[in-house]
Amino acid sequence: MANLKVKIHNLELKNPVLTASGTFGYGEEFDDFIDVNRLGGVIVKGTTASKREGNPYPRMVETPSGMLNAVGLQNKGVDNFISDIYPRIKNYKTNIIVNVSGSTISEYVEVSEKINELQNIPAIELNISCPNVKEGGMAFGTSCQAASEVINAVRKVYKKTLIVKLSPNVTDISEIASAAEHSGADSVSLINTLLGMAIDVEKRKPVLSTITGGLSGPAIKPIAIRMVWQVAKAVKIPVIGLGGIMDTADAIEFILAGATAIQVGTANFIDPQISIKIVDGIEKYLNHHKINSIHELIGSL
Amino acid sequence: MKKHINNLKIISYRSLNKDFFLLELSVPHSINEIRPGQFVEVLVENSAKTFLRRPFSIHDIDYENQIISLLIQIVGKGTRELSKQKSGEYLNLIYPLGNSFSKPTNEKTLLIGGGAGIAPLLFLAKHFKRLHHKFSVLLGARSENYLVRLKEFKKLSEVFIATEDASLGEKGLVTNHSVLTQAEIGFDKIISCGPKPMMKAVAMIATDKAIDCEVSLENTMACGIGACLCCVEETKHGNVCVCIDGPVFNVKDLKWLI
Ligand SMILES: Cc1cc2nc3c(=O)[nH]c(=O)nc-3n(C[C@H](O)[C@H](O)[C@H](O)COP(=O)(O)OP(=O)(O)OC[C@H]3O[C@@H](n4cnc5c(N)ncnc54)[C@H](O)[C@@H]3O)c2cc1C
Ligand SMILES: Cc1cc2nc3c(=O)[nH]c(=O)nc-3n(C[C@H](O)[C@H](O)[C@H](O)COP(=O)(O)O)c2cc1C
Ligand code: FES
Repeated sequence: MANLKVKIHNLELKNPVLTASGTFGYGEEFDDFIDVNRLGGVIVKGTTASKREGNPYPRMVETPSGMLNAVGLQNKGVDNFISDIYPRIKNYKTNIIVNVSGSTISEYVEVSEKINELQNIPAIELNISCPNVKEGGMAFGTSCQAASEVINAVRKVYKKTLIVKLSPNVTDISEIASAAEHSGADSVSLINTLLGMAIDVEKRKPVLSTITGGLSGPAIKPIAIRMVWQVAKAVKIPVIGLGGIMDTADAIEFILAGATAIQVGTANFIDPQISIKIVDGIEKYLNHHKINSIHELIGSL
Repeated sequence: MKKHINNLKIISYRSLNKDFFLLELSVPHSINEIRPGQFVEVLVENSAKTFLRRPFSIHDIDYENQIISLLIQIVGKGTRELSKQKSGEYLNLIYPLGNSFSKPTNEKTLLIGGGAGIAPLLFLAKHFKRLHHKFSVLLGARSENYLVRLKEFKKLSEVFIATEDASLGEKGLVTNHSVLTQAEIGFDKIISCGPKPMMKAVAMIATDKAIDCEVSLENTMACGIGACLCCVEETKHGNVCVCIDGPVFNVKDLKWLI
């Protein structure tokens, strides 16, 4: 049986398949469809210091081979996460990772500090790449200096595995990845959504209430693969790849490009069982190609 | 009831007119717990132009033979693709999703449907019939040709009709129908499903007359299971997901009339 275990800094994953923030709720939404415990990990919804209502409807529109969303970090805030949600999900036998979001450095620090205290949360994913909030969010992920500042500040208070989620809406993503590495990130994940827009030609108005939104799904996969390949060459820390993964072959593509682990996002909406199918699919692939360990595959182009 | 994902066999496909068709799907397990108001998410397979699933209400149910029916209006690429299905083929569905219409505790309910919004009302009407709950139905359409499933509704109750071209029933919108405009309407609850402007107009009348009113919303959805937060509706208690907290809402909780 092939070895599927990977390590992201101190974080051990039983297999390289994680689910992407904002596309998998808190994991519980999928209990009827899969055994969530079989995943390498679950990255829960973006969590901010206080409750956020998100953006007005409409927040979503289907586009060719993908979708635009403008959810805008709707969540009940970190304190509610700790008191209400964490007790429900802390006993999953998989890695529950919190996606930490915010508008200011002090907000990121506050959330990270509080999550640091939770025993069964072994890692955070610092979201400096959300395109759907007015302040902060992506602004921190599009300049090396801003990224360094927020990562440095969080690194001081966060003691476990720190993953930084990068924005593709930049000229050179490997520069930002290097800045993240030098500021203390243990890993980088990429990509978040690409800034996009859709117009209703009958109404002659933007479809989304926020005018622009984040593009996800297979439409963005070639861009994501290219960026993972560039970043994997630029940094020494492990890279987590995502963007448009719909099946096992897509996941393997990211691993070959240099990703140590992958995340399944929008695909969960179309097939709520796809994450587990990809876990099984990767194992089958390794066995079929007589590869003993996933490590032989990572970045083996 | 636990949510399922399954390939369901189409045991009958029937085109009702150029806009509407009816699908009957066979479910390989008990569906006794499915309630009126719930919906399904259908995968449109082999269609390059669609990506996400499409949500449809459960239109009718045969508990004994484990059959669910969908009534679908062709409005775009996904529904057009689905209209090409044939019986014997399979559709991939996630079901049952969402909440349901509340249990009747009132005297007599008026069900108001427009367009594809009549879909969940037939299941509800049959349910009321089984419970011996008193109700009538008011259906609206552009013209007689657009009114489907009339016979089925007539088997269950008194049916009022409003058509914009006066081809059947009273002329105008459902909200102009005399059953709603008279001073004493004789119903102590209204349940409505249809285009949002229609539901809002109905909600206004109900609220004016201090009648309890439930509506079933059709916000665009990506997942249908509460994972993406795309189907948001603003309520007096904050933003909620139509796919899990709805699709059925009491208008007193919505922010429509403020
Ligand atoms: C809970 C729920 C229950 C529903 N029940 C039924 C039903 O029983 N029968 C039925 O015929 N339809 C129902 N709908 C609406 C149905 O989902 C849409 O008509 C369908 O998704 C359109 O797909 P399409 O690919 O044909 O349209 P598209 O090509 O995607 O769009 C064509 C047009 O339809 C509109 N549209 C797309 N999606 C929706 C949507 N979710 N709601 C309203 N308008 C939309 C678009 O704005 C556009 O103008 C329901 C929707 C919801 C959310
Ligand atoms: C509806 C929706 C909500 C999302 N919410 C978040 C979020 O809260 N935090 C975050 O870092 N990324 C969020 N994302 C981005 C995804 O995690 C992922 O980076 C992106 O969708 C690309 O992957 P995919 O194409 O596989 O979906 C969201 C994406 C979608 C579609
Ligand atoms: S459609 Fe995804 S939460 Fe409702």
